[in-house]
Amino acid sequence: MALTQTSPPSLPGAPSGVPGFPPSSPPESPRGRGDTLFRWVTVASAVLVPLLILGLFISLTDLSMPSIRHFGLRFVVSNAWNPVKHDFGALSSIYGTLVSTLIAMVIAMPLGLAIAFFLVELIPPGFGRIIGGAIELLAAIPSIIFGMWGLFVFAPYMADHVQPFLARIGGNLPLFQGPPMGIGMLTAGVILALMILPFITSVTSDVFRMVPVQLKESAYGMGSTTFEVARKVTLRYGFDGIVGAGFLGLGRALGETMAVTFVIGNSHKISASLFTGANTIASTLANEFTEASDPLYLSSLVELGLILLFITVFVEILSRLWLGRMKKKSGRRV
Amino acid sequence: MRRRPATFRKFLNTFVVGVSGFSALVGLFFLGWILLEVVLKGASALSIGFFTKLPAPPGVPGGGLANAIVGTILMTALAVLIGVPLGILGGVYLSEFGEDSKIASTIRFASNVLMGTPSIIVGVFIYAIMVYPIGHFSGYAGAVSLAVIMLPVVVRTTEDMLRMVPNALRESALALGAPRWKVTFQVVFRGAKSGLLTGVLLAIARVSGETAPLLFTALNSPFWMKSLFGPTANLTVTIFNYAMSPYKDWQRQAWGASLLIMAGVLSVTIISRLYLRGRNKR
Repeated sequence: MALTQTSPPSLPGAPSGVPGFPPSSPPESPRGRGDTLFRWVTVASAVLVPLLILGLFISLTDLSMPSIRHFGLRFVVSNAWNPVKHDFGALSSIYGTLVSTLIAMVIAMPLGLAIAFFLVELIPPGFGRIIGGAIELLAAIPSIIFGMWGLFVFAPYMADHVQPFLARIGGNLPLFQGPPMGIGMLTAGVILALMILPFITSVTSDVFRMVPVQLKESAYGMGSTTFEVARKVTLRYGFDGIVGAGFLGLGRALGETMAVTFVIGNSHKISASLFTGANTIASTLANEFTEASDPLYLSSLVELGLILLFITVFVEILSRLWLGRMKKKSGRRV
Repeated sequence: MRRRPATFRKFLNTFVVGVSGFSALVGLFFLGWILLEVVLKGASALSIGFFTKLPAPPGVPGGGLANAIVGTILMTALAVLIGVPLGILGGVYLSEFGEDSKIASTIRFASNVLMGTPSIIVGVFIYAIMVYPIGHFSGYAGAVSLAVIMLPVVVRTTEDMLRMVPNALRESALALGAPRWKVTFQVVFRGAKSGLLTGVLLAIARVSGETAPLLFTALNSPFWMKSLFGPTANLTVTIFNYAMSPYKDWQRQAWGASLLIMAGVLSVTIISRLYLRGRNKR
């Protein structure tokens, strides 16, 4: 471990490329003192990151204490949201967060896989990189721009064309009931799908590129079509990585705020229909935080944030462990 | 394996190839649609007054977002001043000292978790430690929340860039008797200079479009700021407020601000990516 070593400087003849570089000299010399200070400054900056995460949990728990004491576990299962009567529950926000994320995943996963297949297997690598780069640009567009576009351009389009169409083919399905207003759960889910699409596409493309070429060639040699190679060789070989890509997209979608806040309609009611307004934890926070004058109201909102923090950290840890396991299996350094 | 007639397999193959090509088109189509709408709707709102005047009350024509532009620039700059040095030093630790130790991998893991934390949660966190105890919103709180979002990004890119510098360079400098800090700042950094710069630029592009962490830290304001101690006007929260308002004039201003933010963020992102790609090829 490099941290505890205090051996003399490495000689010019030392093998290069070896990690675990020893510090330059013993701490007694003036040169060593400068280096000790330097090391501690870097350690302090680096340790700031885990400390911040700890701080997130502590401060959010602290500020949500009044609500935790007042409502207890009822907070998570109650659907009440009444600032006048001081009665709050997280159920509709949690429900909205999960459902909008589910819609996003259902759309973005197959779309991302198909795009990755197209970029890696079907077109020349040069073109693939250009188109892939363009799709990755979707990830660089700020969330609020998606919100503007979603509210003023996409939602009216959904109301005029997509939702009436779904209502017609959906028949009596409870999912597609109600007036086509444009804003609501479905529109939010579609926009979320667009926002996580670049992450899923880029990770799955990388996974597809990692499949050994010999494996694919032997399948081709047996007379498989491109699709058969993709389905039976690439997908199977890269399954773990694709699941990891899904986790990454999931983490993004759960916490996405501005775009969702613009188009979801912000209603605290739970409805089976995807056309009606709903809310997510993040959108509730964005809408109501600055209006929360009453301490219990504020503390309930912070508790919502705490729940979201737990969910996203859980998903993030799961995805990193999963990806780490995968990389270990393929013998690469994380 | 089940036997299937070759015509069916060929048909299925063509079908799937068609579907996947169509999917790529769908992705590009939405990208183009968003860019086009923002440019068309935003361009009509941009004028000299947009950059020089204060916001006008609803119903009064004219007015601009000069205060918000200045506020966004100031807060982003302050966030860079806080986040970039800390992030670079943290990255130096991971690449030069920590390497594969337990602490280093914990920190790496923590940076990934912090990067995945929703930005609105960071906003709530800064509210809890900087706004709630003090009692009012401030531009400083906004800048700190942006810095927190930036930090893990800078840590990880710095580490990646420094690791690309060959160890032989470090060894030769150390052999000449240079202390470690000098080796890092004057040899390793020089080797990784352009990579570090693009990493920082990408981090700036990422935070300058952020809205959620500013909602309850910097808030917004229709006036010129006297200092960063009070609520500070900024473009992204202005877009949110104006878009949600019923006034056409304000909504038009929101499109103008959107164009400004998007053009800034995308151009920085594209330039740094192209630059990184060109360098990796060499």
